[in-house]
Amino acid sequence: MPLLQRLPIRRSLLLKLLSALLVFGAWEIAGRVPVSYAFPTFFESMSALWTLAIEGTLFSAYYDTLKPLVIGIAISAFIGIAVGLWIGLSSWFDWLFSPIFIVMQAAPLAALIPLLVMIYGIGLTSKVFVVCIMAMPVIVLNTAGAVRNTPTNLVEMGQSFLANRVEVITKIIIPAASPVIFSGLRLGVSAGFIGAILAELKITPTGVGDIISYSRSVADYPSMYAAIFSIILLAVLFLNLLERIEVTLFEGNDRGYASD
Amino acid sequence: MAMPQIKPVESGAPEIAVSAKNISKNYGDVEALKDLTLEFPKGQLTSLLGPSGCGKTTLLKIIAGLLEPTSGIVEVNGKAVTGPGPDRAFVFQDFALLPWASVLRNVAFGLELRGVGKSEREDIAAKYIKDVGLGGFEGSFPHELSGGMRQRVGLARALSVDAEVLLMDEPFSAVDEQTRRKFQEDLLSLVQNENKTFIFVTHSIEEAVYVSDQIAILLPRPSRVSDIIRPSDLRTKDVDNIRRDPEYLDTVDRIWALLRTYVE
Ligand SMILES: Nc1ncnc2c1ncn2[C@@H]1O[C@H](COP(=O)(O)OP(=O)(O)O)[C@@H](O)[C@H]1O
Ligand SMILES: [Mg+2]
Repeated sequence: MPLLQRLPIRRSLLLKLLSALLVFGAWEIAGRVPVSYAFPTFFESMSALWTLAIEGTLFSAYYDTLKPLVIGIAISAFIGIAVGLWIGLSSWFDWLFSPIFIVMQAAPLAALIPLLVMIYGIGLTSKVFVVCIMAMPVIVLNTAGAVRNTPTNLVEMGQSFLANRVEVITKIIIPAASPVIFSGLRLGVSAGFIGAILAELKITPTGVGDIISYSRSVADYPSMYAAIFSIILLAVLFLNLLERIEVTLFEGNDRGYASD
Repeated sequence: MAMPQIKPVESGAPEIAVSAKNISKNYGDVEALKDLTLEFPKGQLTSLLGPSGCGKTTLLKIIAGLLEPTSGIVEVNGKAVTGPGPDRAFVFQDFALLPWASVLRNVAFGLELRGVGKSEREDIAAKYIKDVGLGGFEGSFPHELSGGMRQRVGLARALSVDAEVLLMDEPFSAVDEQTRRKFQEDLLSLVQNENKTFIFVTHSIEEAVYVSDQIAILLPRPSRVSDIIRPSDLRTKDVDNIRRDPEYLDTVDRIWALLRTYVE
C-alpha cells in the first residue's frame, strides 16, 4: 500500500522535471538562434543569476520585494477568507459586499496605481495595497462560492446530530469548502506576485523590479531574465508549499467526494 | 378491488414512542403533507411506504426536527419536538459522510458533536464499526468504500449516539441488490436486539413487508396515510423463510392492490 501511494508522486515529480527540462531546452535553443538580440540563452541567464546571488544583490532585492508581498498576501488571505466566509453565509452581506470584489477583480490595476500613490505615497503602504487589490478578490469570491455550495446533506447531517451553528461552520462548511478556498488562495498568491512586481515597476523601482528595470536600461538582458526567472521559480515553490499544506490539512478532500 | 383487511391494534398495545399529530407541510404552493396523523410503537419498526413524491422524506425530516411543519406537532415520548434532539438519530439515503474524515471519525462524529472526549468516543465508535462488520476499516476514507460499506458507516454513526429512535430514509436504495438483502436481514436482528424504535422509509413493497412490524401506506394528492398494515405473524417466523411465507406474499399483493391505482 505505501509503495502504491508513493509511486504516483514519483511519477508526477518525474513529469515535472521532464517538462522543466523541455522548457529550459527550448529557451536555450531560442536564445542561441537567437529569436531576438534581447533574448539571452538559458545558460547565460543562469550564470547571471549566479552572479546576482553571490554579489548578494538578489537577496537584498528579495528582502525589499517580499516585504509588501508577504504583508499583502497575509492580509488578503486573512481578510479575504473571513469576508468570503461571511459573504457565503449571509445573503445580506453578499448583497452588500460581493459587487465590490467583482469590480475590484475586473478593474484595470494600472489605472488605479496613480490614485493609490496620490493617497498613500510611494512607500510600502501603496505596494501592499497593490498586492491586496490583486490577491484579495479571487480569494473572497472563491471562498464565498465554496461556502454557498456546501452540500446541504452534510449540513443537515450535522444538524441532526446536534451541531450548533458554529460547529456546522467549523466542522462541516469550512472543511467542505477548503479545496476551493485553497484554489482561491493559490490564484490569489499568483496574482499577488504579479502585483508585487507591478508595484515595483510602476511605483518606485525597488527589489526585484529594480533589477528588472535597471538591467533592461543598461541592456543587461541575462540579468533581467535571471530576475524574472527567479521570481517565477519562487512563485512556483510557494504554490507547491501551499498545496502540501492543503493535503496535510484535509487528507480525504484530495480524493473525491464520498457521494460520487 | 378488494378492500384491504386492516388488522386492529391488539389489546395491550405497546407504548407509543413517536406520534405525529395532524401534520401539514406546504412548500410554497406544494402541499407535501396534509393533516397526517400516525403513531409509532416503541421498540418496533414502522415503514413509511409510498410512491416517490408523496412526502415520506418530508415527514421523516419533520420528525427529526430538521423541518418545521406548517401545522401540527410531533411528540417523542410525549414531549413536543422543536428541533433535532439526542433521542433521535438519522440514517441518510445518500450516506452524508464527511469525505475528509476517516471511518472512525465519521462514526464518532455524532459523539464528537455531543462533546464526548476523543478516546471515549473513539472506543464507542470502534465497537459499532465492528458491530456493523467494518472492523479493520477504521482508518479508511469514505471514497475507498463501496456504497454498502458507506451505508454501514452511516448506520454505525447513528447507532453510536444511542438514540431511542432511528430514522432511516431509504437507507438501502443506493446499494446493490445482494447487499440490500443482507442489510434487510441485519436490520431485522437489529430491531430484535436493540430496544429502539425504527422509522424506515422505503418505496419497495417487498422490503417493507420483509422488515416491518407496521407499514404506513402514504398516498399523494392529497398526501395522507391511506392504510396501516401490520404483518404481525411474520415477525415470529424464521428469517430465511419469510419470503416464501403465504402471509408475506398476501401482504405484498394487498399493498400492491392499494398502490397500483396511483401508478398510472
Ligand atoms: N425543499 C423543497 N421545496 C419545494 N418542494 C419540495 C421540497 N422538498 C420536497 N418538495 C416536494 O414535496 C413533495 C414531497 O417530497 P418528499 O418528501 O421528498 O417525497 P418522498 O420522499 O416521498 O419522495 C414532492 O412533491 C416534492 O417535490
Ligand atoms: Mg425521499
